[in-house]
Order: sequence, then structure tokens, then C-alpha cells
Amino acid sequence: MTGTERIAKRFADLKAEGRAGLVTFITAGDPNFDVSSSILKQLPAAGADIIELGMPFSDPMADGPAIQASSQRALNKGASMIKTLDMVREFRKSDADTPIILMGYFNPIYIYGVEKFTAAASEAGVDGFIIVDLPPEEAEMRAPVENAGLSFIYLTAPTTDDARLPTVVEHASGFIYYVSVTGITGTKSAATQDIETALKRLRRHSDLPIAVGFGIKTPEQAAEIGKYAEAVVVGSAFVNKVTENLDKNGNPKDGCADAVLGLVRDIAGGLKSGSPATV
Amino acid sequence: MMNQPNTYMDGPDEDGHFGLFGGRYVAETLMPLILEVERAYNEAKDDEAFQTELRGYLKNYVGRPSPLYFAERLTNKLATDSGGARIYFKREDLNHTGAHKVNNCMGQILLARKMGKNRVIAETGAGMHGVATATVCALFDIPCTIYMGTTDIERQSPNVSRMKMLGAEIIPVTSGTGTLKDAMNDALRDWVANVETTYYLIGTVAGPHPYPAMVRDFQSVIGEETRAQIMEHEGRLPDSLIACIGGGSNAMGLFFPFLDDEVRIIAVEASGEGIETGKHAASLNAGAPGVLHGNRTYLLQNEDGQITDAHSVSAGLDYPGIGPEHAWLHDIGRAEYVSITDKEAIDAFHICTRLEGILPALESAHAIAHVIKIAGDLPKDHIMVLNMSGRGDKDMDSVAAYLERNK
Repeated sequence: MTGTERIAKRFADLKAEGRAGLVTFITAGDPNFDVSSSILKQLPAAGADIIELGMPFSDPMADGPAIQASSQRALNKGASMIKTLDMVREFRKSDADTPIILMGYFNPIYIYGVEKFTAAASEAGVDGFIIVDLPPEEAEMRAPVENAGLSFIYLTAPTTDDARLPTVVEHASGFIYYVSVTGITGTKSAATQDIETALKRLRRHSDLPIAVGFGIKTPEQAAEIGKYAEAVVVGSAFVNKVTENLDKNGNPKDGCADAVLGLVRDIAGGLKSGSPATV
Repeated sequence: MMNQPNTYMDGPDEDGHFGLFGGRYVAETLMPLILEVERAYNEAKDDEAFQTELRGYLKNYVGRPSPLYFAERLTNKLATDSGGARIYFKREDLNHTGAHKVNNCMGQILLARKMGKNRVIAETGAGMHGVATATVCALFDIPCTIYMGTTDIERQSPNVSRMKMLGAEIIPVTSGTGTLKDAMNDALRDWVANVETTYYLIGTVAGPHPYPAMVRDFQSVIGEETRAQIMEHEGRLPDSLIACIGGGSNAMGLFFPFLDDEVRIIAVEASGEGIETGKHAASLNAGAPGVLHGNRTYLLQNEDGQITDAHSVSAGLDYPGIGPEHAWLHDIGRAEYVSITDKEAIDAFHICTRLEGILPALESAHAIAHVIKIAGDLPKDHIMVLNMSGRGDKDMDSVAAYLERNK
């Protein structure tokens, strides 16, 4: 099964279940490799349907303070692109079904080598990529990713108008990630009605499933947005749980992983009780 | 080796690439706005009314043209029996606000007005771009927010006071090393959150297309004036041009109009405490190509692609990247990129001040230091133009602190 097929199968299953999926974001290596790896392995059981694994970067320009700090913590503890792939490889030993999407910025991939990294990621069990600073105009990862059978997932934003949407969705695969606010991660939240309107517009341009992210922090918000989207992305809220469970030296307290997983369970529960997506 | 192009002056291509470098590596939220800036700029370029208005402000408000001054005492000091270049200073330090930065700010503020934007944000390192931005915002009554690293706020306090006096809101940036790179990250975050209302006035020839080309064009007035002025002084073009380089806007402004001429072009990076110490800002001499802040260019980074901190005694050069057009000129060999240490720059600062009565910005002092290194070995009829990119009043505290540390 290719990565793109694994993603498609997950969305087909969600549709059959009649509910929206939960996409969980965590930063690889935050607060350290072992705890991060342990959280990752337990995410599916806690209710994550798709996993976004953040590749730490020194200058995460589209991220808010929570994810910036988590990237820095991970890097301080020795996170690297190689270790991020190790974590995925480890995860795949016990889970063959949950799609893993690597999310991050282009420079570390460029330095690793685009072809080389795509191949290594594919081998490790990665299914797709969200590269924040590669808009469709900078297409240098597209061919290697497609050739490996993986998905390159594009972001669309409130600022992406009807004239531009065809350019963005033309090469999209896996799903479309709708950034529901103009802003950075973990800050403001969009009004549900604006999201509903935006998704209707988006669906005129693409048949792919849509995941909505940015500013979604609570089970209630997730359940509400889950009525309109195939999936809901939560990130900074989980990262904040890590932050809250560090000692004064920045090391994880006992129960750090459980705190994150507890919130995953709560939000997943919210989604399961919500109404199915309207499509 | 790449083939030599017929002209060095027709870049970038329509997607903003100078060879391998440049481009538009930004989040989708910003992409439509970047395209809007590009459309607006392309229109303004060919809009006679816009250009006339800009020329008017540059002449009557900024004080252009800036003089081209023959630095006779420095020339004589560096002369040897057999050689010694004739050294001219292009006096960008005499512009209103005290540096070349205002040339670009005036152009972009007129563009922001044309685009109907009612808020301006900017990043600043040494504070010269922040001051110039705050100045044009005061002039046109536009609210302005300046992002500045806390390290830079400390070492450039006179400029912080100036910006506040001009009505700008200063946002201290604590992430990273609290310098220019971090200020740019936070300015980009602000822009993403306020795209509809806000214009991001980037201060150097970096960032996503069209900024590198646009800032270069607005700064090219430096080189264009220099061409005419050196013909008046000497009756011919110079043999060499020299400028300091952080992001590279004063250098690009001087160099660009001469790229197709037989003129030697030298840009001076900051090597801080020495390239071998790792504490430097020499992206071209010690970095590798990568992607940051919207463009592909040379960056200081580790083997995992994480950006590393730059260091320079000069806040304006303290940036781990460089404009993409410089990266291209470097790779095709059209310009030379050398480096000067903190110590050499401080020495040059004193030499220039005592000999010429001109207090140079520490940034410009890097270029002066390289002139001091090479001028004596050049023939007597060699004409060299140095870009005196800014004045050094802002650096008095930094120089004193440096001398105290290194007694």
C-alpha cells in the first residue's frame, strides 16, 4: 500500500463510520525523543485518525509561540531529520494503518536532499508531507513525492481566492488542509460560519477530503467543525500539554505523555459524538 | 561553470529566480498578497506619475543626490611609492535619517499607499531601517510597528528612541539571539495575521519575490547617481566599487547599474570574531545554499538544515543570510565577496573618523577596512568608489563597549 493509498483508505473508513477524523500534531522529539516516541505510538489508541509529525526547525515562521518553543525544545534535545524518521520507523512496527504526515519547513529537507529524503521517508513509513513554505509555485518536491507514491498536501487559506484555488488544488493529493484563519498556529480561532462558507467554496474546486486546522483547541470546537469537514487538525493544544508538564529544567514530569493523550481522547470523544460530515 | 549571460541586469525571471536563488517560499496565506505586491510594483515601475512623485520626495525630502566625495586624506594615507587607489565615498550617510535605507522606504511607502494599505510593519537590525520606516510613516500618517531583537535594542538604543519619538510601536523580539533574523520571523508572523490591512516594508534585498528586485530597484539610485558623478569628477567610470553587505541592499544599489560594465565589484561581509571561531555573519564565505525568509540563498546553517546564529559587532550585518541576487553574482563570479572582522572594522571606524571627519556606521566601516587592506596595492590611477552607507552616531555605545571589552 502506498502512502497515498493509506491516506485514502483512512478517509474512506471515516466516511463509512460517518464521522470526521482527528488529525493530531505533535513535534517530533518534544520534549525528548523517548517521551515523544511514546506519545506517538499511543496516539491511535487515544483516538488520532491521522498523525501530523512536526519536523523541528529553528525558524518556524508560520507557527505561534507554542510550536516555536516545542521545536526549540526538541532541537535542544538533539532532534534531527534522521531521528524524526527513526521515530516513524519505530511507530510503523506496531501500526500499519494510521497515516503519518510529516509537517515542517523546506530547508532541512533541502539540505538532506529532496530525492534522498523522500526515499528515506517513504521507506520509514511516511505517507505524505505538508511543507509550509512550499506553495505550488515552488514545486521542487512534487515529482519526487508523487513518484514515491506519497501525498503532497497543500494548504489553502482564507486569502486563497477563487482565482487562485485551481492553481493550489491542481496537484493536491491525500487531502486539502484548510488553514481556517489568517494567522499563525495556536492563536485565534475562526467562526464556524466562515469555515462553512469557505469549505463550500473549496469543494467547488476539489473532491479531496478537507482537514481544517489552526486555532482548534477544545472538544466542542472540534465537534462543531467536524460537522463540515472530513477531518479536524489540533496541534498547539497538545503541544501546550507538553509545556505544562515540564519541570523547571525543561525535562518532562511523570505523566507528560498521559496529559497529551488525555486531551487527544477528549477531543476524539467530542468528534465521535458530533454529527457526520455533510458530504 | 555556468555560461556567462549577455547581461547581468535582466534578472530575476518571472518567478523571482536569480539562477538557483530567490523564489517565493512563503506560506499560502501570504502568497496571494505577495502576488498583489508584485502586480502593484510592476504597475508602479511603468507609472510615470509614481516615478515622478518618488523622484520629488527623494530630491526634496531625502536630499538626493547624495554627494560623491573624494576622500583625499584617506587616499594619501593609503598611497605608497608605487601605488594607491583614488578613493571616493558615495555619501549615503548624508541622506535624511542617516543611511541608504530611506531610498527604499520612500519607494515602498508610496507603493503601500497606492495599494491602499493602512498599516506598515518592518523588521530592523541596526535600527536604521526602522528609523527610515518610522520616518516615512510619520510623513504619510500611517501607523507603524517595528520588530527589533532585544540584543539589538540594547546595542542600538539611540535608534530605538528615534523610532519611538517618530511614533512607531517597537515590539521587542526575544526568540533566537534577539537579532535581525528573529525580528524578521516575527514580522512575517504579524503579516500572516494581518494580511488584509498591512504592508510589510522589508528593508533589504531579501525575502520573497518581488522584494529582492524591488528593493534593488529603489536602491539603484545610488549607483545611477554615482555613474553620473564620477564622470563629472574623473571623466570615466570607476575601476572598482566596494560596499558592506548584510542582507545586501546598499551594495546592490551601488552595484546594479554597473553590472554590465568593466568594473570590479567587491562586497564585504562581516566575519565577526573570525570565520574560524564560528562567530561571524559571513553567509557567502562560510554558508551554504538553503531556504529561509521566503527565498533560496546562502545561509549559515548546520548539517541538519537548522539556521545558526550570526555574529557581528555591527547590528546591521548580523544576519545569517544574504540577498539572492548576491548569491547568484557570487556563484557566477561577477562579484567578489570578502570578509572583515569586528576588530578590523573598529580600527577602520577610527581611521575614517580621524582622517576625514566622517563618523561611519560600523556597517560601512567594514567596507572601509577592506579599502584600507587593498588600496595601497592598486595602481595610482585606479578609481574606487566606496558606499558610505550610513553614519555612525548610532554606534558610539557599541564602539565604546567593544573597546572596553578588548582593552
